[in-house]
Amino acid sequence: MGASRFRFDTYIVGAANRLAVAAARAVAEGPGTVYNPLFIYGASGLGKTHLVAAVGTHARQLNPELTVEYVSFDDFVEQFHAAVSAGEMEAFRRRWTAIDVLILDDVQFLTGRRELQSELLRLFNTLQGTGKQVVLTSDRPPQEIADVDERLVSRLAGGLIVDIGAPDYETRLAILRAACAERNVQVPGDLMETLARLDLSNVRELQGALNRVVAEQQLAGRNVAPQDVWELVGSKGEKPVTRDSGAESSEYASFLSDIASAVAASVDPWKSRVAEAIAYWRGEGFRSGVLERAMQLPTQPDVQGLLDTFASAVDHLRQLERQASAADPLLAGHEVFRDPERVADAEALLDRALDGDTPPPAPDPALVRANFEVAGSNQLAVRAADAVVAEPGARYSPLVVHGPTGTGKTHLLHAIGNALLASGARRVACVNAVTFAEELVAAVQDGTMARWRARYRAVDALLLDDVHALAGKERTQEEFFNLFNELHGQGRQIVLASSVAPKDLGGLEERLRSRFEGGLVVSVQPPERVLREALYVRWFAQHDAPADPELVRYLGERPADSAREVASTARRLHDAAEQTGVALSVGFAMETLEPQRRTSLAPPRPSGGVDAFLFNGEKVVWDWPDVAGRLIEELR
Amino acid sequence: MSIVNYATREITCKIVYYGAGRSGKTTNLQYIYAQVPTERKGNMVSLATQTDRTLFFDFLPLDLGNISGFTTRLQLYTVPGQVYYHATRKLVLQGADGVVFVADSQARQFDENIESLQDLHVNLAEHGMDARTVPLVLQYNKRDLPAEMLAEVAELQDALNFRGVPDFQADALHGPGVFETLRGISEIVLKRLSATQDKS
Repeated sequence: MGASRFRFDTYIVGAANRLAVAAARAVAEGPGTVYNPLFIYGASGLGKTHLVAAVGTHARQLNPELTVEYVSFDDFVEQFHAAVSAGEMEAFRRRWTAIDVLILDDVQFLTGRRELQSELLRLFNTLQGTGKQVVLTSDRPPQEIADVDERLVSRLAGGLIVDIGAPDYETRLAILRAACAERNVQVPGDLMETLARLDLSNVRELQGALNRVVAEQQLAGRNVAPQDVWELVGSKGEKPVTRDSGAESSEYASFLSDIASAVAASVDPWKSRVAEAIAYWRGEGFRSGVLERAMQLPTQPDVQGLLDTFASAVDHLRQLERQASAADPLLAGHEVFRDPERVADAEALLDRALDGDTPPPAPDPALVRANFEVAGSNQLAVRAADAVVAEPGARYSPLVVHGPTGTGKTHLLHAIGNALLASGARRVACVNAVTFAEELVAAVQDGTMARWRARYRAVDALLLDDVHALAGKERTQEEFFNLFNELHGQGRQIVLASSVAPKDLGGLEERLRSRFEGGLVVSVQPPERVLREALYVRWFAQHDAPADPELVRYLGERPADSAREVASTARRLHDAAEQTGVALSVGFAMETLEPQRRTSLAPPRPSGGVDAFLFNGEKVVWDWPDVAGRLIEELR
Repeated sequence: MSIVNYATREITCKIVYYGAGRSGKTTNLQYIYAQVPTERKGNMVSLATQTDRTLFFDFLPLDLGNISGFTTRLQLYTVPGQVYYHATRKLVLQGADGVVFVADSQARQFDENIESLQDLHVNLAEHGMDARTVPLVLQYNKRDLPAEMLAEVAELQDALNFRGVPDFQADALHGPGVFETLRGISEIVLKRLSATQDKS
């Protein structure tokens, strides 16, 4: 027999045969000392022969001196008959009693053979008496072997009786794997599992099924699929697998794992990626139409590029939204910023928002501090203005400059604004209160109040001219009050110009007045002679006309309520001199100014501020173009 | 109707078991149902007549759980095999992603199988489905019966599987071949889904 093939290390141990294997190993390692005889029984094809052969192999490996005899019962019977017929029973007995380990396979065939039984009994007695090992196998336990001498039965049962059961699924699978490894054949795992699941409790049949599959693969060159196994094996009449619970779950699990791989093959990984991106961006509140359409593409697009483009579009939208909402808080969350397909729309919306956000009226660049003549009448105001420019928002806020018209308040205001811009302020609003109120009315009409407010709240400095114009405009005052608080709270500079001192402002809410008073209130007076002379000098210098000191002194002597009046006198002289081609002189000036003054239809120049105001065409508005708007304002 | 829905991450396939009366369609579903682990078991809806023949249809929703990130569901239907339930058969077939044609392997049922397969083709055509492209597998059921009662597989193949679709031998009563059949149709359906869903 192929002793080398039947070894312990090629024997697959499972729950059903663990005890038998342990006993067999113990016997092989100490023949005659532990279990004697060792009786192993079990159904056909479960590995009894392998196991007892392994005992012999192992025992001889451990002790090569040992005489180990493995014999099947049939062979033993044959030899016995031969010895009897040859009359050499003595030789037969000597031969068998000299054996150290006797392994007798399939002893169930003892049935009814009385002579043989008594010979065996004698042999076993001799062997056991001399410490020799006997190993027996049978398909049934000793007591169930019919028609056997009681003494022999008790002898057989005197050692250890162990059984070998049918292998479980795992053991079957292991047996199949071992068989494949031994034969060096490749059988796919799922195929092997299918084989192991077959209801083949008989290992020999199991190996037969494997042989069948291997032959089909190797000889017929056919690729056997798991579902073919039953056909291959089933045609031999094997029972189909029974529905024990283990088979149940494993069958479903095996189906599931196959479906999983089918699903994995059907599901395009790139689509999963895109789908994840869609879910993510939707979660972020963005529309994902582009990606959804990409999902419908028959072939894989450049997914990375697509996702990158989408992400950068989203970034761009977020930036646009930030800019737009800075211009108009109402635009925050506008749906156009949620759709990467509408970047162009979003940009257009931002443009509109920024158009609407024409920065508040800026100071007139022409009215700079350098052109502002300083004298005693406006000295304090100018110094305050310089302080404001040096430390905007910190020292004098609000700075309230009041004085008669034409005394340079507006110029000073613009000069402050320009100086602030020059020193780094980003947005300076320099606006007339009338314009301010008109803008507000327009915003109310357009429903763009939020934008209007945002526009002014974003300024670094607010310079409001002609604050007295706010009188009686409750809504404007309220808005201005809020704006004032907002800016003041943030430390922005506020400069106000008014024709009258805050305490004399009529029609102004007390809460505003008190806030005005809370800052620095300075007044500018009508220009005194020094200032008038300086203004004339500057005017003539600017108009490239000779500035005769005598003329300047003469002109300076003449009273003027405002710088504006100085300028208009100078212009009249200048124009008259140019028309007549006469050089400017004191005489020409007296001729031009005094007769004109006498013959003019214009009423004599009053010295009072109110009257002067009434005659000032620039200050008095006779035509009210937007009276409707004002009425709305009043109604509100 | 079946969709690999990437947005909701769902895969749903409708598979219809078609075949002559008593060929074992419901038995297929019952075997599958018995194998489903308890925690995954839904209800198998079976509308049967008093004599236990399928009256309308059986419906077995099979929730396979999360596969590759997709909630995967198979909806298994059977049609009533009896000739006179033609309208129901047609209705159940509507929107099917795949068809399992269950043939009775008994030699004496040979003609019924052919008749039923022809009926399937007619019904598919009436639904505007091309029988040549609809995912289809054949199952030669009842292979456990004594050989003398059975038609040869080759005979059945000649008569029924002229398109050369995957076919399976089965014993739906005891299980062999049942899951192989389901696996076969599922794989074809899934393959087809990924190939065609973009066009729909």
